[in-house]
Amino acid sequence: MTPISHGADWDFELLERYDTAIAAVAADFGLDTYPNQIEIITSEQMLDAYASSGLPLGYPHWSYGKEFIRNEQAYRRGMQGLAYEIVINSDPCIAYLMEENTMTTQALVIAHASYGHNSFFKGNHLFRQWTAADAILDYLVFARRYVMECEERHGNDAVEEVIDACHALMMHGVDRYRRPAPQTLKAETARLAEREAHRERQFNDLWRTLPERGADPASAPKKAFPAEPQENILYFVEKYSPKLEQWQRELVRIVRKLSQYFYPQAQTKVMNEGWATFWHYTILNKLHEQGQVDDGFMLEFLKSHTNVVAQMPFDSQAYGGINPYALGFAMFSDLRRICERPDAEDRAWFPQIAGSDWQKTLDFAMRNFKDESFIAQYLSPRLMREFRLFAIADYQDENYLIVDSIHDEHGYRRLRKLLSQQHAQEMRVPDVQVARYDRDGDRSLTLRHVRHRGRPLTEAAAAVVSHLQRLWGFPVRLETWENDARVGEPLECAA
Amino acid sequence: MHQLIDRRQNGRGKSAVNRERFLRRYKTQVRDAVKRMVGERRLADMEQGGQVSVPKKDIAEPSFGFGSGGDREFVLPGNRKYVTDDRIPRPDGAAGGGGNDGTGGGDGDDAFVFSLSREEFMQIFFDDLELPHLARTELGRTERYKSVRAGYTRSGSPSNLSVIRTLTQSLGRRVALRGSLARDAAVAEAAFKTASAVGHAEQAAAFDDELRRIERRRRGVPFLDDTDLRYRNRVERPEPIARAAMFCLMDVSASMDENKKDLAKRFFTLLYLFLTRKYREVELVFIRHTDDAEEVDEETFFHDPRSGGTVVYSALELADKIRTARYATGWNVYAAQASDGDAFGADPARSARFLREKLLPATRYCTYLELADPSGFSQQSSLWTEYARVAEGHDNFAIRRATSRDQIYPVFRELFRKESQ
Repeated sequence: MTPISHGADWDFELLERYDTAIAAVAADFGLDTYPNQIEIITSEQMLDAYASSGLPLGYPHWSYGKEFIRNEQAYRRGMQGLAYEIVINSDPCIAYLMEENTMTTQALVIAHASYGHNSFFKGNHLFRQWTAADAILDYLVFARRYVMECEERHGNDAVEEVIDACHALMMHGVDRYRRPAPQTLKAETARLAEREAHRERQFNDLWRTLPERGADPASAPKKAFPAEPQENILYFVEKYSPKLEQWQRELVRIVRKLSQYFYPQAQTKVMNEGWATFWHYTILNKLHEQGQVDDGFMLEFLKSHTNVVAQMPFDSQAYGGINPYALGFAMFSDLRRICERPDAEDRAWFPQIAGSDWQKTLDFAMRNFKDESFIAQYLSPRLMREFRLFAIADYQDENYLIVDSIHDEHGYRRLRKLLSQQHAQEMRVPDVQVARYDRDGDRSLTLRHVRHRGRPLTEAAAAVVSHLQRLWGFPVRLETWENDARVGEPLECAA
Repeated sequence: MHQLIDRRQNGRGKSAVNRERFLRRYKTQVRDAVKRMVGERRLADMEQGGQVSVPKKDIAEPSFGFGSGGDREFVLPGNRKYVTDDRIPRPDGAAGGGGNDGTGGGDGDDAFVFSLSREEFMQIFFDDLELPHLARTELGRTERYKSVRAGYTRSGSPSNLSVIRTLTQSLGRRVALRGSLARDAAVAEAAFKTASAVGHAEQAAAFDDELRRIERRRRGVPFLDDTDLRYRNRVERPEPIARAAMFCLMDVSASMDENKKDLAKRFFTLLYLFLTRKYREVELVFIRHTDDAEEVDEETFFHDPRSGGTVVYSALELADKIRTARYATGWNVYAAQASDGDAFGADPARSARFLREKLLPATRYCTYLELADPSGFSQQSSLWTEYARVAEGHDNFAIRRATSRDQIYPVFRELFRKESQ
């Protein structure tokens, strides 16, 4: 075949042709995607999109203004480049491409976002479970309109106060386990009717004649509420806050919904980026094999690709944590290698998948894991050696940092476990839950922070508690517990 | 089903509303910064954006996070020399080694600095002065343009097509192109005649063909071509070029404190902004006076403290002298005077008379701002009494007492009203 184009310039016809070619290859590899919507935007619009966490529209809030100013300045001073694309988990899947990109970059981005991320959004169980891709855009429109209406009716300051408080608790506004789906009105009426019928069938007037046991309702021990600790603080506030008005509850709900929408993304950063990077690499190489792109295209593509998957060593100036693109790409590529060309070590470590069909294995991995479990399951000793991973132990009572384990025979399993834990939600967000709501007393709310291994909260906790107090309307206190014992004085914020 | 959409033409300022929220939230800081800028800037440079800085801790958004302390392990890439159980001294400062679990985060700077655009700066400046909207639109405009005819261009909208020009071009082109063909035809014609007269039938036929070919080409010249099209051209030209001279007169005797000077500066700025909207060229003259007047530069005018008594007359006299010397013809003269009204003896009456007889007839508009003491009794100074009498009889003289910024504007009300009609 002849190459689709030469050189850096792109136009819409070319984009279309590349998209068609990439779609064909992706279909050959069996990628299942939502329909694509590719939108071309300017760098300024990209900055706008940055400020609203990539969403095409959001409700107005000062913190987004701050984000915008910060990004804009970093960009203007040349301290930060802009992403080539932003992709939104929606149906159809929207990808924003910057007009400044060259043809090669556009093709790279289409393969990466519109086929890689897209298929991940559609396939991964967390996204399937937690986000309604077909409804998110409508919900955003609703949220924006609702917030603006509230501003008109109740004033900017009142709305801002609620949203500020919600933002402070955003990370504690997600459900990690699914709630039972709410009953529809029809089902609920049917259930009540059935219960009523059952009671009627069982009716016996004789029961009424039994003497009452001397049960005095006042002396019965008060049940603690909530019966179980609640991890979704915003949900609890929304449902039970004694003071919030209806519109304020709705605002809490909006922030909570958005937070829930982002929840899978935070948990699958490595997998999601790795998957997309693996596929743009695989698809574009295939195109090159078929002669649809020329060598110049490939050189430019490889340069961008190499930049994306570079992992700086920990002692470098440019080190900014473990690069999720690098780790994810390496892991998926390695998984394919294990399937296609396993060596003795792979057979020992991955007996089930060594030598199996790589497309099926990768598809299974993409669908059923999140970062934490993905690393725990698939990180191979070879990769640990390649990344030269090592673990540092930072213990409070030690004057030194201790090298806990390195990429050697004794360290592999420990290292893998630690890296997996490092990507777990619990390591990023402290465990703070609603412990008690004194419904019949002073209506105070008690939060319990369960401390693990002596790791304290930051000082910002006091500010968060006072934000929560503003939402709650009655005293809020934060207790810290470790190993079932209370630690220190509770942090209290009275009305 | 794939879709390609070009969104580049969509609005850019999607974050404008968020930015505005941000400015609103940090209004006090922004206002302080604007106040500082007003103090530092020269009148002529007043109209630009500027930098505002907000302490980082004020704009932080709190959330529950892990502080330092306790026990933890973290995995890092790029091991070169460590083996298990090595001991490493703790690095100084925060976030040991920098695990990516969000303990770090400070960028080092402790202030969040951002810039205010010209519009935002002016907005806050006007807000402070409680400027009415009519005046705002008048002042908010950067440049006034007028569209004027400027010859012809080769491209334009069909409605601007100049038929006569186009046909002239077309005629010229046709004449030019056919001229050479006519010459060639004459030559071929002559050759044909000679050939057929001599009896060379073959040659004659060749020339005949040549003739036909030329005729075809001649007919091929189009009546109208794209290159003939001419459109009337219009360009935007700035509004009438006129000049104005603005006299700033200020009492700098000891009783004028910093606060009063700040008020005075805003008063002068407002007039200056107004004049720059109306005139292409505005010259500033700064005259300060104690018991005698002198012309100074802006820096000295606003910032150099002087002490001494007050003789207003001297300043008016100097202003008039400068006016006759430099701005006698072709200039629109405006004068703005700021004083705390301390004048004694015969001075107020003399000044008022001089103003009425000499200055007012020669100027377009005069304003006087009396900077009263916010704490003092609202007793009227003798200068005020005299000036008030003058103001009654003259349209182009306005006086006003002010103790705070929002009271300045009314002194220009009449001026703005007249000029915006």
